[in-house]
Amino acid sequence: MTARRLTVTDLSVTFRTPDGQVPVVHGASFALDAGETLAVVGESGSGKSVTSLAVMRLLPAPPRAQISGKVTFHRQGRDLDLLELPERQMRRVRGDRIAMIFQEPLTSLNPVHRVGQQIMESIRCHRSVSSEDARRQAIEMLDRVGITEPEARLMAYPHELSGGMRQRVMIAIALALEPDILIADEPTTALDVTVQAQILDLLRDIQNENGMAILFITHNFGVVAEIADRAMVMYSGRVVEAGRAEEILTRPLMPYTAGLMRSVPRIEDAGRSEQDLGTIEGFVPDPARMPSGCAFHPRCRHFEGGLCDVEVPPLEDAVPGHSLRCLRWRSLEGARG
Amino acid sequence: MSLADDKTAALPWWQGRAIRRFARHRLAVTGTVMIVLLTLACVFGPPLLPFDELHIDLRARFSPPLTGDHYLGTDPLGRDIAARLLMAGRVSLLVGFAAMLLSTFIGVVIGIIAGYRGGWIGTALMRFTDSFLCFPQIFLLLALAAFIKPDPLMITIIIAATSWMEIARIVAAEIRSLRERDFVLAARMSGASHVWIMFRELLPNAIGAIIVAATLTVARAILIEAYISFLGYGIQPPLPSWGNMLNNAQQYLASAPWLAIIPGIAITLAVTSFNFIGDGLRDALDARSDLK
Repeated sequence: MTARRLTVTDLSVTFRTPDGQVPVVHGASFALDAGETLAVVGESGSGKSVTSLAVMRLLPAPPRAQISGKVTFHRQGRDLDLLELPERQMRRVRGDRIAMIFQEPLTSLNPVHRVGQQIMESIRCHRSVSSEDARRQAIEMLDRVGITEPEARLMAYPHELSGGMRQRVMIAIALALEPDILIADEPTTALDVTVQAQILDLLRDIQNENGMAILFITHNFGVVAEIADRAMVMYSGRVVEAGRAEEILTRPLMPYTAGLMRSVPRIEDAGRSEQDLGTIEGFVPDPARMPSGCAFHPRCRHFEGGLCDVEVPPLEDAVPGHSLRCLRWRSLEGARG
Repeated sequence: MSLADDKTAALPWWQGRAIRRFARHRLAVTGTVMIVLLTLACVFGPPLLPFDELHIDLRARFSPPLTGDHYLGTDPLGRDIAARLLMAGRVSLLVGFAAMLLSTFIGVVIGIIAGYRGGWIGTALMRFTDSFLCFPQIFLLLALAAFIKPDPLMITIIIAATSWMEIARIVAAEIRSLRERDFVLAARMSGASHVWIMFRELLPNAIGAIIVAATLTVARAILIEAYISFLGYGIQPPLPSWGNMLNNAQQYLASAPWLAIIPGIAITLAVTSFNFIGDGLRDALDARSDLK
C-alpha cells in the first residue's frame, strides 16, 4: 500500500460578491497517494481551479472567500492541517512540499528576470544553499526537463523562449525542490499537441523517478487517458463522478461525464459533419442561481421531472471505488447511448 | 522548437533595443551630453578658475563678461561670476538629485504598498497622496521654508516632501495592473512573501516608468530650488545657488543684464536637458515605439 499524501474532506468554498454569498465548491472530498495522478475534470467554472487554490490557501482572505472543510497533508507520518496552518508555515509548504504549475507558461514567469535567476530564487527561498549550488541545481533541473544547453538558457529572459520551453522552465521551478505533491492546473492547454505530449511524458517520467503525487486539473479527456490513474469529474462545484480513470473513460455512468466524452472529437470521425459531434446543450449554471436538485438536470437528456429537480443526489458507489451523483444511473445503465 | 539565438540571449538588457532607441533620440542624447558636461564643469571646474567664488574684488565690480580675468564678468561685490556659477551648480544639481532620490523613494514605497495591497489601505494611501496634490506646491514650499533653517539639506527634504506624489500615483497604477499577472500567483505559489513579491517581482517591472518620472523630477526639483532661492527662502548667501544668483541680479537688470542672463541660461540648460532625457527615456523604455 502506498503512502497517502493528501486528504481533502468536505471542502467548500464560498465567495462574497456584490450579489451575495456565492458557493462555488460544495463539499469536495478526495485523497491523493504518492506516485499517483488524480485528474480533476470539468468545464470552465466547475470549481476545479478554485479547489486547487483552496488547498494551497491562495484564495482571497476570509471575508471575500470562506473555506470550510479539512485539508490534510501527510508527510513523514505527520499530518498537517493546511487550512489551519499559520501563514509563515504555509509559505514553507508552498513551492517546497506542494508545488504548482499553471495553464499559462507565457505569463507565469516574471518577464524582467532571467529564467536561471527565477529557478535559483525559488530554490534559495526554501533551502540555505550557496548561489553556486543553486546554480548547479538549476542547470541540472533544466537538463532534466529536457532543455538543451541548460547553461546558456539560464541567462535567457522568458520572452526569448518558446511556449513549450517556458512550461518546461515552470516545471523545473516547481520540481526543483522535489515536492511531495504537484498541482498542475491545465499545464498543457496553451501548448500545441506535440509539445503537450512531451510535457505529459516528462511529468510521468519524473513521477516514476521520485514518486510524487500529481493533482492534474484539465478539461481534456485525451490528457486524462494519457496521464491519470484516477479521475474526478466536477460539475458546478460538486464532484459528480470519481473513480479509476480507465473505468470512467470506458464506462462513464453519470450522464454529464458521458456527454463530455461524446463531445471529444475523435480522429475516426474526421470528415463527418459537425452535427455528428455530441454536444451538451446549454451552459454551466451561474453559481448564484443554481438549479434545484441535480445541478445538471436542465441540460441532462435523461432528466426526469419530479425526481432530478428535487434533491441534490448523494454521492454513491456504483461499484467499490467508482462513485457518482445521479439518481437515475441504474435505469440508464442498460439503455445508455 | 525555436531557440533564441545565443547572441541576444547573452546580451544584458542595457545593450539591447532600449539603448539603441535612446541613441536615436537626438534631443535626449544632446541633453545627456549637456548634463554630463555641466556636472563635470561644476565638479572639476572651480579649482581651475583664477578666482574662488567668495573672493571680493571691489575694483572690478560689475565687469561685463570677457573683460580681464573674469570670463563671465563679476557681480555687484566684484565676485567672479564663473566661479559662483559653477559652485552654485554644485548646490543646485546636488539638491536636484538628492530631492529626486528622496521623493522617488517615498513615492515608490507609498505607491507600491497602495497598488499591491489595494483595499482600504490602498485607498487611504492614495487619498493621502491626493491631499498632498491639492496644495499649490510653491506656497507649501514657501510656508515650510519660512519656518525652517534653509540649508541645502532642509531644502532637499522639503522639495522631496512636496514632489513624491506623481511617482506614487504612477507606481500605484503600474503595480495595480501588474499584480493580477500570473507570475505573481506563481511567486506566491513557490512560497514568496508579500514584501518579496512587491520589491523583487513587481518593482522591476515598473522600473521604466519610475526612471522616466524620476528624471523629470530632477528637472522640477532644480527649478523649484531656483524659485525658492530666488524668493529668498532657499539657499542663503554667501553660499551661491542658481536661484539666489538671480535674486541678486534683479535690481541691476538694466545696467548689468549678464547677472541675470548667465544663471538663467544655466537653469534653462539643466532643466531642459533633464526634460529631454526624460522624453528620450520614455520612448526608449516603451517597446511599442519600435512599431512606429
